[in-house]
Amino acid sequence: MTLISAALLAAVIMAAFIFGRGLAFSRGGAFSASGVSGRAHSLPAYHGYFAAWAVGVATILAAFIGWMLRDTIGFEVVAILVIVTAGAGFVVCHQLINPDFRARNFVETFVKMALFLCSGVAVLTTFGIVLSLVFESLRFFEQVPLLDFLTGLQWSPQTALREDQAGQSGAFGAVPIFTGTFMIMGVAMFVAAPIGLLIAVYLSEYASKCTRALVKPIIEILAGVPTVVYGFFALLTVGPAIRGFAESFGFSVPTQSAIAAGSVMGVMIIPFISSLSDDVINAVPQTLRDGSYALGATRSETMTKVIFPAALPGIIGALLLAISRAIGETMIVVMAAGRAANLTGNPFEAVTTVTVQIVSLLTGDQEFDSAKTLAAFALGLVLFVITLALNVVALLIVRKYRERYE
Amino acid sequence: MEANAIQDSGLFRPVTPGGEVIKMSEKRAHALAVEPKFKCRDVRVFYGATEALHGIDMDIENTGVTALIGPSGCGKSTFLRVFNRMNDTIPNARVTGDILMDGENIYDKKIDPVLLRARVGMVFQKPNPFPKSIYDNVAYGPRIHGLATKKNDLNEIVETSLQKAGLWNEVKDRLKDPGTSLSGGQQQRLVIARAIAVSPEVILMDEPASALDPIATAKLEELIDELKEKFCIVIVTHSMAQAARVSQKTAFFHLGDLVEYDDTEVIFKNPKDQRTQDYITGRTG
Repeated sequence: MTLISAALLAAVIMAAFIFGRGLAFSRGGAFSASGVSGRAHSLPAYHGYFAAWAVGVATILAAFIGWMLRDTIGFEVVAILVIVTAGAGFVVCHQLINPDFRARNFVETFVKMALFLCSGVAVLTTFGIVLSLVFESLRFFEQVPLLDFLTGLQWSPQTALREDQAGQSGAFGAVPIFTGTFMIMGVAMFVAAPIGLLIAVYLSEYASKCTRALVKPIIEILAGVPTVVYGFFALLTVGPAIRGFAESFGFSVPTQSAIAAGSVMGVMIIPFISSLSDDVINAVPQTLRDGSYALGATRSETMTKVIFPAALPGIIGALLLAISRAIGETMIVVMAAGRAANLTGNPFEAVTTVTVQIVSLLTGDQEFDSAKTLAAFALGLVLFVITLALNVVALLIVRKYRERYE
Repeated sequence: MEANAIQDSGLFRPVTPGGEVIKMSEKRAHALAVEPKFKCRDVRVFYGATEALHGIDMDIENTGVTALIGPSGCGKSTFLRVFNRMNDTIPNARVTGDILMDGENIYDKKIDPVLLRARVGMVFQKPNPFPKSIYDNVAYGPRIHGLATKKNDLNEIVETSLQKAGLWNEVKDRLKDPGTSLSGGQQQRLVIARAIAVSPEVILMDEPASALDPIATAKLEELIDELKEKFCIVIVTHSMAQAARVSQKTAFFHLGDLVEYDDTEVIFKNPKDQRTQDYITGRTG
């Protein structure tokens, strides 16, 4: 049924195009067969497009309105409404099309509006997500004060589901979760930033073409490994290895720890940093390299004193992208970082992150109006604000340097 | 710069067994002055398997401006980049033959191209100031070569270099501004100041005015005229009028060959080769 309607609609639009173009040809005496005109305002094809747009939009609108009202007015009336509208479209076109009609301007306006609507979809979706986050969070903050949420040092979101359940008071202090998130991000960047940048420097300035063609794709494979694979790698290999290593020194370290999750996450984001920075360094004009070499600078002097500063805005962009990736990453931390909301500065302890908590709050049997579930929205909102702030800072830095350098 | 340092230190001054410094005879001093800066014998440059220059024999004078002219793709820029071994930075490029600078083969294994380039500066077609302040642009060379140990010395080098490049008065109040904020002509003079700052013996210029407007070009040519008193200058240009205005010697290249090399006046008024005549009268190129 839907398929047939769509095919019918396409046929009507096609017919409108042929109808409009044919009218233009027959009415505009000055149209030549090749479409070049001496007198008419628009080429015949534009009249065709105009007719197609006008009939198409009118028909779709009529069908949509009819579909909404189908229960009150009945299906037959809807069909008649659509057919009449399409016919009216043809009649209007028949009246409008003549050599003086500015069909091209109408078509251009139509297209502009269509483009605007497409970008509007993306913007509206973003607004929708933000608004839903905000409203659900507001409901959460009715139950838990904002200040308690942002400054509380204890996180134990288990609330009593039944009156007779005891012992689960529910504490929603988000500080331990955010320190956990940032600690893991810090460990990840500590691993990924130097390695990624040095890889980029090597690939862009030192590696032969042959090496580069081989090494770059291999590193980019790292980005294609599913995060769940990284996750069990962190849990089953890296975590125990770190624990064993620490035990040989007489320390006791849990298998799930910030350092295990963070270092594996660091490996995961290496290709982001190396690949983006490599592109940025390559984009630095060759003339700057030549200028530096011609002054008797060595490769390393040229790299550190000319190319790196010139590429810095892009490199900062790459780093911030990697950071937001690290903050939003879920699977590795769910598996390897633990779930206990410890407030600690020690990366060898188990910590938890915002994403892990959202996962555990929303999986399993939930009531959708309990503070426990709504807390997920509040966490999401704060996470969103943080990544937004990061992006804004990145933009500001990039803009500042761009003004200085170009 | 290095040569000066050695002379000043007196280490290599010829001395009699008695310790008396031998005074250079006037004849010898004169001979040094007319001794060419560069002697090129059978210089060939290959890009992969393609031979871009087919055995160039040419001497570059110690003083004055030598212009290299010729149609696009004739090898003049390639030849210019032989003198500071910039062709080394191009993968697949290979240079054969002898290029002697003050009698020393600059393609010898003992020669470090990095040190050579401190003695032979270069200015490129497009102004290429580094993304740094005006001051840091000029101070770049002295810093990497350790020419100034004290802040004041560096300030002085920057100031004199900018003065020699005729840019000091325009930028002295805005040394902290980015080099890229200057106009095209100013940028090109900044780049020249940057090259001068390491006190090279030779300055190579690769079509330095091709991205500039006529007024900036005139200023640049004036500057070249002043600089030739202190530096040996080799300039590649596609403007014959410019070659005629600024140079004392002109070499005409065609399809990787050196066709004719003589005093600029002779080349433009009385060329011996038909190809040169065709080019300068605008029939080819």
